[in-house]
Amino acid sequence: MMEIMEGSHAVAHAVRMCRPEVIAAYPITPQTHIVEALAEMVANCSLDAEYITVESEFSALSACLGASAAGSRVYSATTSQGLALMFEVCFNTAGMRLPVVMSIVNRALGAPLSIWNDQQDSISLRDSGWLQFYAEDNQEATDLHYIAYRVAEDKGVLLPAFVCFDGFILSHTYEPVEMLTQEQVDSYLPPYSPVQRLDSKNPISIGLFASPDYYMEFRYEIDRAMKASSQVIREAGRRFGEMFGRDYSNLVEEYRMDDAECAIVAMGSICGTVKDAIDEMRRDGQKAGLLRIRTFRPFPGDEIKKALAGVSSVAVLDKNISLGAKGAVALEVRDALYGSGIPVLDYIIALGGRDVAKKDIKSVVKMAMAGNGDLFYGLRGEVLG
Amino acid sequence: MIMPLGLGCSSRPGTSRVNRTGSWRTFRPVFLRDKCTKCRLCIQLCPEGCIMEESEGFPVPDYTYCKGCGLCAEECPAEVIEMQKEEK
Amino acid sequence: MISLRELRIHGRGGQGSVTAAELIAVAAFAGGVYSQAFPAFGVERRGAPVQAFVRFDDRKIRLRSQVYEPDYIIVQDSTLISDVNVFHGVKPGGVVIVNTEKPLAAQIPAGVKVITLDATSIALKHLGVPITNTTLMGAFAAASGEIDLTALEEAIRGRFTGEMAEKNVAAAREAYALVRGVS
Repeated sequence: MMEIMEGSHAVAHAVRMCRPEVIAAYPITPQTHIVEALAEMVANCSLDAEYITVESEFSALSACLGASAAGSRVYSATTSQGLALMFEVCFNTAGMRLPVVMSIVNRALGAPLSIWNDQQDSISLRDSGWLQFYAEDNQEATDLHYIAYRVAEDKGVLLPAFVCFDGFILSHTYEPVEMLTQEQVDSYLPPYSPVQRLDSKNPISIGLFASPDYYMEFRYEIDRAMKASSQVIREAGRRFGEMFGRDYSNLVEEYRMDDAECAIVAMGSICGTVKDAIDEMRRDGQKAGLLRIRTFRPFPGDEIKKALAGVSSVAVLDKNISLGAKGAVALEVRDALYGSGIPVLDYIIALGGRDVAKKDIKSVVKMAMAGNGDLFYGLRGEVLG
Repeated sequence: MIMPLGLGCSSRPGTSRVNRTGSWRTFRPVFLRDKCTKCRLCIQLCPEGCIMEESEGFPVPDYTYCKGCGLCAEECPAEVIEMQKEEK
Repeated sequence: MISLRELRIHGRGGQGSVTAAELIAVAAFAGGVYSQAFPAFGVERRGAPVQAFVRFDDRKIRLRSQVYEPDYIIVQDSTLISDVNVFHGVKPGGVVIVNTEKPLAAQIPAGVKVITLDATSIALKHLGVPITNTTLMGAFAAASGEIDLTALEEAIRGRFTGEMAEKNVAAAREAYALVRGVS
């Protein structure tokens, strides 16, 4: 049934239906209404879970790590500085192959202090071994949680996952969302059955020391599992589509790409505005299209290469910047297109919550067609001095 | 005010003085002296720090900065602060 | 053929602008259209100027930018007019609802319909506090036709409970009747 609610609350309801057994979160800024709503559900017994309030984000993810190692399905949510504080534990969670699912409500990192949206937080953890999904709207933000648990817990994957959606732009937006029923979620997402777990009756140690003779092989295995997860994601997304009518079998989404000359590549909520701008450009005879990346890790290089074959220019919208290099998405798209001769131009955009309107998208396309790119879009010259 | 963009996010003191939050006010706190006990609670609570003590010890708001939040009126134990609609 | 309609709400922190946007979106959705409500967060301080937005469309809404060319504007507090250009970008034929007890001194853009009402007095009468959002929602329902009064009442009852809900409903109804009478 379609209901209208705030993005954070829609995600909280989706998480509840995934039946997490342990939730740990740090309930102060930066945080969202997700864990507030979940805490309420636990308190009023509509969710049977252990809710652990901790003293920091580092502890929140550490508690999740421990609970996951003990064999529970676990959940947390964080954003910006909170995720930054989890940095070390993120690497440990992936290294111990624990399928923790965490919502990342994307927000900028300080300094300067900003509460607003960009994607620097999760992008900065691209090398941590977590799957990364990016939602365009609140429907997708909820659906991706069901899919994330199914993929993360797959025996061929066993990796943690971020479900990323844009702070404020989605998290604080009221819009209609089709919520699944508990029966539907149960039929899609089986209970978690760990391959191994901490158990005092049958003790094991997890997260051991690895000498130089083994460390590289452990890392290789994580990378291999991450790459193999592409197929698991496709399968989980296809099954979701068969059962509920919304297909997620591709790691990317193509919008009016058939005869596109200029392709925009982007992730997250900005893609909605891009689609509306493309419709207007198409009406004016301009052949623009969008390639939306839904799964940033694993990176769908082959799909991107296939989808962009034949375009004359690519404009990547990066809501992040790898300072001293380029935007993270553009770097990888360029790598995927290496040797094709197709120019990939990067536009650092919407950092720290700067608003993006349709006219900005049109202006990016115009710049890309003229070969003008690799820049911060929309800098205010008057304050730069 | 120009931010020192090349030097991170620093600023000299006194920026609150430039931000004249008095223009935000919809309701104006009016302090009635007859029952005021000079307890100073309003002075301590004011989030803008814009209530001063005059020579006799009575609180006096600075309307250049008072944004009309009403916290003083809400908390005044003697209930001698009235929020009156701003005439603009 | 453009079916998208947009509303921008100007208010001050603490006046309930974000709640107003949300409840208007809820009421619109109940009436069978797609709606989207979101805030423009600024400094989270009581009294600071804030904005919230609502979109209405017969199709799914994809656009995520802030609202620059509104069809409707609600101004919760006429003191904002000296601080912020509340009329910025308003479409010709647009409707602007201003909470004020006096005639507007501000320059009104040509072709724009301005409705003024003393929402503060209505809110004080029903709620005892000068929180004008539900009152202005009633005025918006009457002036725009985007939302139905009954749907609005349900949205208010979904957010507030008991006596507080009924007081807010009464405030919305009075403003609805008032604006209905003048427009």
